[in-house]
Amino acid sequence: MDEERGARLRRLRWHCRRALLELDLMFQRFWDRVGDGVDAADEAALERLVGMEDHDLWDLVSGRQETDDRQLKDMLERLRQA
Amino acid sequence: MKISKRTFDAVIVGAGGAGLRAALQLSEAGLKTAVLTKVFPTRSHTVAAQGGVAASLGNSEEDHWHWHMYDTVKGSDWLGDQDAIEFMCRKANEVVIELEHYGMPFDRTDAGKIYQRPFGGHMSNFGEKPVRRSCAAADRTGHAMLHALYQRNVRANTQFFVEWLALDLIRDAEGDVLGVTALEMETGEIVAFQSKATIFATGGAGRIYHSSTNAFINTGDGLGMAARAGIPLEDMEFWQFHPTGVAGAGVLITEGVRGEGGILRNSSGERFMERYAPNAKDLASRDVVSRAMVTEINEGRGCGPNKDFVLLDITHLDPKVIMQRLPGIREISIQFAGTDPIKEPIPVVPTCHYQMGGIPTNYSGQVVAPRGASMSVAVPGFYAAGECACASVHGANRLGTNSLLDLLVFGKSAGETAVEDVRKSTKAHKELPQEAIDRTLARLARLDTQKEGADAHESRLAMQRTMQNHCGVFRFADKLKEGVSKILEVQQDVQRVAIKDKSKVFNTARIEALELDNLIEVAVATMISAEARKESRGAHVRDDAQDTPEHPNGRDDTNWLKHSLWFKEGNRLDYKSVKLTPLTVDTIELKKRAY
Repeated sequence: MDEERGARLRRLRWHCRRALLELDLMFQRFWDRVGDGVDAADEAALERLVGMEDHDLWDLVSGRQETDDRQLKDMLERLRQA
Repeated sequence: MKISKRTFDAVIVGAGGAGLRAALQLSEAGLKTAVLTKVFPTRSHTVAAQGGVAASLGNSEEDHWHWHMYDTVKGSDWLGDQDAIEFMCRKANEVVIELEHYGMPFDRTDAGKIYQRPFGGHMSNFGEKPVRRSCAAADRTGHAMLHALYQRNVRANTQFFVEWLALDLIRDAEGDVLGVTALEMETGEIVAFQSKATIFATGGAGRIYHSSTNAFINTGDGLGMAARAGIPLEDMEFWQFHPTGVAGAGVLITEGVRGEGGILRNSSGERFMERYAPNAKDLASRDVVSRAMVTEINEGRGCGPNKDFVLLDITHLDPKVIMQRLPGIREISIQFAGTDPIKEPIPVVPTCHYQMGGIPTNYSGQVVAPRGASMSVAVPGFYAAGECACASVHGANRLGTNSLLDLLVFGKSAGETAVEDVRKSTKAHKELPQEAIDRTLARLARLDTQKEGADAHESRLAMQRTMQNHCGVFRFADKLKEGVSKILEVQQDVQRVAIKDKSKVFNTARIEALELDNLIEVAVATMISAEARKESRGAHVRDDAQDTPEHPNGRDDTNWLKHSLWFKEGNRLDYKSVKLTPLTVDTIELKKRAY
């Protein structure tokens, strides 16, 4: 992996440090499982999710809220499975 | 080596509620103010606070700050300083109404006033009956508070340095605090932030425990920096635990689950609370339930392969009740315990929630430390507020909704004092001592050059397990003693942590190793302070200091009505007296804490 992409993924991982423990744990398990094996589409979906407010994100992850957005739906499912 | 320098009137470390409230005071006074924060401000852990903020507004029924003061002193088990507690309770209405004017969307009564709800431990007329004192914004009070304060800061031109990790306090030979060194994550660059006022608002260090409700960012950075700079840490033996966190994860299972009929069971399926609290059973107070759980585990009746948790059983409840009255609990249990609570019980353990101790301050937000004959002399240029500070208003235990109040009142007060001090100072910024900067650089150089050494993840886990097993919610003399040796061994490992990744840009391995440097200081302070305090008081409960007529609840006021001060140098302990004299009213006299 080139240094630029490596740095981008490390930055993304840092943005998975959240205000709520529930989200920290969810992202930690995801990264432990996938390592650096995320593609550009995953990266884009994760970037969108980590840009959200913590409570809104947790509502989506826990299924209290739903989204029709295909890209987010797939990533949310993977986060839940992790 | 020279590093670049940025100069401000004030530098604040941490952008949670306390940091943002302090920053606002400084920026609105026209001072050049910087806020350094590891994460975007509205992702600070204040977001997780749901309960509300206490203020005796009296919107729903008669209330008075003096009653609130009484409840807080009692909640602190008389270890809280009564001058600071009076100050906080008197200021509560002012800071809440200010927040309302900043646009905080508080819940409203039909008449349009701030709606207030009851909360555990808050009573009217000096402990007579529950009172409605908590002001909330649905279940997102902390989140709404942070947004209101952040927007106000943007308006006031506070300069934010987001994704910067503060590394060390810069203190000169005279003991004056002149700023901090910090690392910019994006570039790996180290910069000295020079300031006339340095305010720490870095939150708690709940991640020292294996089971903790705290988010990963709560690594006690301010406490570690203060300890390394020779500032003592106060009352670190006092940590509030919640009885039911999901085992292995820490995520909270609300007390409402037991309220709806949830039952705690041991490895043989026994409803063990019947033995400990025959009347209240599973609905006994937090302390009683936590202690019973730990006793079951310690006596070999825990569940799972390591016999290290008990079970919270709601399988006998109608699934409709679970879905309707306990929303979110099923998702949490499935996600973090891997069990569907409709079919199987939830594994739970007492879980660390809140740090009562911290960097010693007075009620003006100034950091105080022993000097000469006095135990509390202000450290020039240094202030602290919020969970990282110990004013001390929570003493040996904190009342719910007093944490958000603490950060508003003392964030503001630290800001006000800093404004006054900066305006009074006629001199230019003092020169930064190169030795202080070199100490930071040496720490980083060691991480960059060390090839073989301890693994950061394993050392952190060893620290967390040691704290959980030896210094948890219920404490034993022999375990504490053993815990001191063990945590000092872990500290040796931490000093030789090696990281494989030596890159500069967003090197999260380096950041986590630096955070571990801070966590370990807090863990050592906690273990040593707890081992030494030979009584039970508030959240510090020892098996060898039980309830007797001479010492109700195991509290020993003759010998232990005093604050602990732990110093990093030599792991030395000292003690200072509790301030029992309030500002204007009579002392709230010592008595047994009973609800």
